[in-house]
Amino acid sequence: MAAILDAAGLNKNFGAVTAANDINAAIERDSVVGLIGTNGAGKTTFINMITGYLKPDRGRIHYEGRDITRLAPRDITRLGICRSFQIPQLYASLTAYENMMIGIGVVLRNAGRGGFFSRGEPLVPGYEQPAAAVADGLLQRFGLAEYRDKNAQVLPGGVRKLLDIALTMVARPKILLLDEPTSGVSAEEKFAIMEMIMKAVRAEGITVLFVEHDMEVVSRFAERVLAFYDGRIIADGSPEQALNDPEVKRYVVGGELHRLDEEKARPRA
Amino acid sequence: MRPDRTPLTLLLIGAAILAVGPFAPQWTLFLLTVALAKGLVVLGLMMLLRCGLVSFGQALYYCLGAYAAGMLGRLYEVSGVFTLMLAGMATSAFVAFVLGFLLARYRSIFFGLLSLAISMILYGLLVKTEALGSSDGFNVLPSTLFGWRPADEWVRYSVLAVAAGVAVIAALAVHRYLGTPLGRLAPAIKDNEIRVEYMGASARQAVHVKYVIAAALAGLGGALAATTVGHIDPEMAYWTTSGEFIFITILAGTGSVIAPFLGALIFGIIQTVAFDISPNTWQMVLGASLLAVIVFLPRGLWSLFRRRKAA
Ligand SMILES: Nc1ncnc2c1ncn2[C@@H]1O[C@H](COP(=O)(O)OP(=O)(O)OP(=O)(O)O)[C@@H](O)[C@H]1O
Ligand SMILES: [Mg+2]
Repeated sequence: MAAILDAAGLNKNFGAVTAANDINAAIERDSVVGLIGTNGAGKTTFINMITGYLKPDRGRIHYEGRDITRLAPRDITRLGICRSFQIPQLYASLTAYENMMIGIGVVLRNAGRGGFFSRGEPLVPGYEQPAAAVADGLLQRFGLAEYRDKNAQVLPGGVRKLLDIALTMVARPKILLLDEPTSGVSAEEKFAIMEMIMKAVRAEGITVLFVEHDMEVVSRFAERVLAFYDGRIIADGSPEQALNDPEVKRYVVGGELHRLDEEKARPRA
Repeated sequence: MRPDRTPLTLLLIGAAILAVGPFAPQWTLFLLTVALAKGLVVLGLMMLLRCGLVSFGQALYYCLGAYAAGMLGRLYEVSGVFTLMLAGMATSAFVAFVLGFLLARYRSIFFGLLSLAISMILYGLLVKTEALGSSDGFNVLPSTLFGWRPADEWVRYSVLAVAAGVAVIAALAVHRYLGTPLGRLAPAIKDNEIRVEYMGASARQAVHVKYVIAAALAGLGGALAATTVGHIDPEMAYWTTSGEFIFITILAGTGSVIAPFLGALIFGIIQTVAFDISPNTWQMVLGASLLAVIVFLPRGLWSLFRRRKAA
């Protein structure tokens, strides 16, 4: 099957730090890929390069056969590659509903609908519904209905993450990159949250890449795993293969267990 | 959703001005016309403020509009009021379009100070230009309405009627624009530009568009002020003039397109009354009233009309 996204030979340095070192990955259409690796391994850098926030020092990124390496984030978004953020990027002074409406407004505008001279209520492309219905529908789908009229800045961490993801959906992405969708959520809730996100997203046939530190979540939801270490991909395969790879066991899974131990050892406030 | 009452309110206010005008004393007509002219400038500032941008140099476009109108009369003896206003608007919009490529890159204090600096360049140029009367400026020809010149006692009313019509149309247009997807982007730009980009919009382009619209409104206001007052000078570009516009913007609040005009009118009234009572300390009265508004009505005078919603 043809790759929808193809990253070839990506390199990125920040001064002496090599955040990406010859990254090669071809992502198949309609697949779910888990990105794992310890802190600072280069997972977010990889997402930042795909979505145009960072330009790689070397290497090329192709999307549906088209070179997108030098495009700006907004152009990449318009092509159908959307992302959520490790730290949610919301409109803090606006309500959850208004956040959605802003995003839908941009989609309308990019489709040439709802301009100064247009009459009547425009329909959101892809949904063919009015903006308000799309906003409420998405809030519902992500379990955010009860937070509809709350300002984004007062929402709890997990809810902010979900709103951040719901916002990416207004543009009907073809590829979704989720940076730690379940961070800030208790271990028990992780599965339920991932279940909901996957249901909302996979119904649309969206290709998903997600960063996750919990290996149980990874093996449950990912069809394929890319393991990052020190800016390199040290393993690439099914969750079983990747998580049992000796290097991954030593550098990533071991590291994660270590991290969990540290978290447990830390006194709870 | 609440019905949108702004368009009807605007039309009623416009009609009320036309109806009451003939019976009002001349000095109130003048006060009202100047308030409408300044309100147009403030309308543009309000759009920028919604994006979190404060232009400390909006007098640049006010002055450009006035000089464009004045020079049309001086050099080509054009006196049609609509031609003058169009010229003022177009000149300011064009200059803002060019400068916008630079300014739309900047935010917060950098945007403010850069706009201030550019306005002071214009001031400096005008003061040095003898052909335009240097710091004295020059008198503007009385304007005409499609070639017709009203009788003396009707001049003030005619100018007011034109100003009211233009202000209502401009406010309606801005109101509609603020409801479009691009217009609604303003608070989003203020909050989080990264997210704006990742939604597929260009924050810089949106700021550029708003900057040009704001300049066009300021140019329109400047041309209107020139015909109303009958005299223009470089002071119109001076930083104190810009400061006055910001003063009115804060006084009015960003809640509605009607607020800028209300703010400008109240500013004019306070200024007139304070000047009558104490010619030497009228600025103090103005300062105190702004202080009171900031402390008691942080969202500006317009919040007085929004109480029901908050309650
Ligand atoms: N903008 C930047 N400037 C300087 N260094 C950076 C920048 N972004 C990332 N880095 C560095 O690059 C390396 C990879 O960072 P990255 O954020 O990609 O890691 P990560 O795998 O996402 O880690 P985490 O699990 O903590 O989110 C780190 O050493 C980081 O300090
Ligand atoms: Mg990261």
